[in-house]
Amino acid sequence: MIVSKKIVLHFPVRLVDRAIVYHLIKDYDLEFNIMKASIIPDAEGLMVIELRGEQANYDKGIKYLTETGVRIQSLGQNVLRNDERCTHCGACVTVCPTKAFKLDPDSRLISFDAGKCIACGLCLKACPPRAMELHF
Amino acid sequence: MSKTIEEINDRIRRGEAVVVNAEEIIAIAKEKGIKKAAQEVDVVTTGTFGPMCSSAAYFNIGHSNPRIKLGGGRAYLNDVNAYAGLAATDLLIGANALPDDDPRNRIYPGEFNYGGGHVIEELVAGKDIRLSVTAYGTDCYPRKKLETLINIKDINEAVLFNPRNVYQNYNAAINVSGKVIYTYMGILKPNMGNINYSTSGQLSPLLNDPYYKTIGIGTKVFLGGGIGFVAWQGTQHNPSAPRNEKGVPTRGSGTLALIGDLKQMRPEWLRGTSMMGYGCTLTVGVGVPIPILSEEILEYTTVTDADIIAPVIDYSSDYPNMVANIIAEVSYADLKSGKIEIGGKQIPTASLSSYSRALIIADTLKEWIESGRFLLTEPVESLPGIESGLKTKPLKERPVTE
Ligand code: SF4
Ligand code: SF4
Repeated sequence: MIVSKKIVLHFPVRLVDRAIVYHLIKDYDLEFNIMKASIIPDAEGLMVIELRGEQANYDKGIKYLTETGVRIQSLGQNVLRNDERCTHCGACVTVCPTKAFKLDPDSRLISFDAGKCIACGLCLKACPPRAMELHF
Repeated sequence: MSKTIEEINDRIRRGEAVVVNAEEIIAIAKEKGIKKAAQEVDVVTTGTFGPMCSSAAYFNIGHSNPRIKLGGGRAYLNDVNAYAGLAATDLLIGANALPDDDPRNRIYPGEFNYGGGHVIEELVAGKDIRLSVTAYGTDCYPRKKLETLINIKDINEAVLFNPRNVYQNYNAAINVSGKVIYTYMGILKPNMGNINYSTSGQLSPLLNDPYYKTIGIGTKVFLGGGIGFVAWQGTQHNPSAPRNEKGVPTRGSGTLALIGDLKQMRPEWLRGTSMMGYGCTLTVGVGVPIPILSEEILEYTTVTDADIIAPVIDYSSDYPNMVANIIAEVSYADLKSGKIEIGGKQIPTASLSSYSRALIIADTLKEWIESGRFLLTEPVESLPGIESGLKTKPLKERPVTE
């Protein structure tokens, strides 16, 4: 059976430079489509991919990723803003890799577009009053 | 044209005072001219809402039975370290204080989810706070342990006292190194990946009164959603910083020490705040009214974001190592546009201080004055200005010999 799933990969610092994705194609015969990648040297790398292939290969590929130390997150998680805590400072704007936050130039309010959010989690700890929350 | 504070207060009492915020005054002065605007407008209100680390609260919890002496013992509020070096039942908690078991930056970057700033916010919100004390016991204060819930409505006094708030201008922060850094100016991406700044610019109290001609010791202000006062110049008050031709400092300069009754403040305007990899702090809302006593004072309040210049400073190496190097000078108008260009590179910018909330503060203060519930005060003493020659000094380290 062929499966196709969207997942978020978090690479720890030590893995950022390794060609992990290359092994997924070569050793596990999986197709993938990178939807978003953001790799900051010396920090966590992040990649949103759509992974496609035989279920057995898919499972092996995921196992391989987990064993190398990549943290896998399914896109089923939801990041929401607690509007009561948000102070509209804007600290999240440059942190979000998908530009889910936008500053309105007139009202100076920060809008949050949940549709653009890939639940990477970066804003959760970057928001000073901790207004961004992870819901399952 | 000149007015006195007493005349303005009379107009406030009669409900006739003309009050506008520091953003509105820009257009008014442009349309009517400085002279006419100064005649018509009585008060310009300012506001700011940003993280202000040098903030603290002190309280008197009342005497327990049998009595316990907090002074010289150890005290915790919701596990956060409080300062017990005052008298028997007085306690102070600083915004940066942390629980003893917080991992801090041992797991880097630390999350700093709960600290002194959060305790202050919860206290103001009317939540019960767990107080744990260990004391050494004396003949008159025999008790050695105390574990109790306290609530702001029951304790004798609760006072917000911030030794340094409302910085008059500040650095914009950038990171020239190759790795992410976590600072009090937020998360800075490598290779000049972003710039963070923190000011309400044209709405900011001290930028609208650059020479401290009206704001002085005793000035009544909006503090944390309630009423507070300027207690003193803030620590690191540095009137001698360079200024532009309009008198607006182009570097961090003046500061205020503020005090006010915590019992009448509101949690929306005192927000416990976490700076990843740096620590806990408190985001404080402050609004200062500027009485338009003369055309000169009105002219200062017409300052715009384009007139205010901030230095862009590298926080990866220059700032930590006290290197006086400025990467660029940029205006707040540029910073607020969302990106600026440095060396041919477009760099996204973000603010740590909330302009939209600063505007709400300025408008709240305006409403308080218009409705007659907030009268202006005459400062009892001026803040040290340029004439004082006061300058912030670095620490001079000296060898310690036995
Ligand atoms: S960083 Fe947090 S508080 Fe600031 S605008 Fe973003 S979500 Fe709101
Ligand atoms: S979790 Fe936060 S930083 Fe990540 S994509 Fe969603 S909004 Fe952006």
